[in-house]
Amino acid sequence: MTDRLSRVFSALADPTRRDMVARLATGDATVNELAEPYDVTVQAVSKHVRVLEEAGLVSRRKDAQRRPCHLEAEVFDLMTKWIERYRREAEDRFRRLDAVLEQMEDAPADGAREQGAAS
Amino acid sequence: MSATRTNSRNETRIVVDPQLPTIEIIREFEAPPERVFRAYTEPDLVAQWLGPRRLPMRIDEYDARTGGSYRYVHRDEDGTEYGFHGVFHEVRPHDRIVQTFTFDGVPDGVSLETAVFEDLGGRTRVTTKSVLDSFEARDGMVASGMETGVVAGYERLDELLDAGTTES
Repeated sequence: MTDRLSRVFSALADPTRRDMVARLATGDATVNELAEPYDVTVQAVSKHVRVLEEAGLVSRRKDAQRRPCHLEAEVFDLMTKWIERYRREAEDRFRRLDAVLEQMEDAPADGAREQGAAS
Repeated sequence: MSATRTNSRNETRIVVDPQLPTIEIIREFEAPPERVFRAYTEPDLVAQWLGPRRLPMRIDEYDARTGGSYRYVHRDEDGTEYGFHGVFHEVRPHDRIVQTFTFDGVPDGVSLETAVFEDLGGRTRVTTKSVLDSFEARDGMVASGMETGVVAGYERLDELLDAGTTES
């Protein structure tokens, strides 16, 4: 799971690939179509597509002649799910901190105690 | 006053940078920086919120001063201990805390964490940025988390929130 997430993150670390993913979010496209807006060779775009494929972000139908690239939305969901879980854990911690802060308000500090004096 | 406080939810934001192995956590609190800073530096207060959920947190050392160090341990139901330690590189009252962070289970891994306390006029925005030593470590950190913890955490949270609202 973690390995897969790492591959997704690193595949998306490249701005061109992020751009290609944004393009594919609007619909399937062939490598040639993906290469159009860029000043790079079709081979270079092919390489980017391969990285996205290895990360599981993109799939290509084997049978079809044009082999259009298709964005795998579930992989995005996986990534956002992990981040959301991490966020919820932080949120959980911070809500406990909210309660601590509120209790501190009820019982104000007796002078300057902040420099780690309490131990 | 307390009603508005409970209604205005301060959402936690997470920023995972695809170009850098960092995690940023941003959250606002209904308290001035002085008070938030105390909750971040006084061991008896830290113990009340920093741990993962209802796992008991034992603080062996928490010397939140520039050059000081810290070490704390969480124990799960099986008695397994998860220790964390590091040093405080800089503790600037009400303003900024810079510390290292290492999980005992990955002794070679270390992250640098900077917490900045921003005064919003009686309220505080805390931005914590963790810089990890590799993308793998960062992604592992995001993907980590004990399955059972989430539910237990919400239960503990409800208790604390109830305690908080009845008192004010």
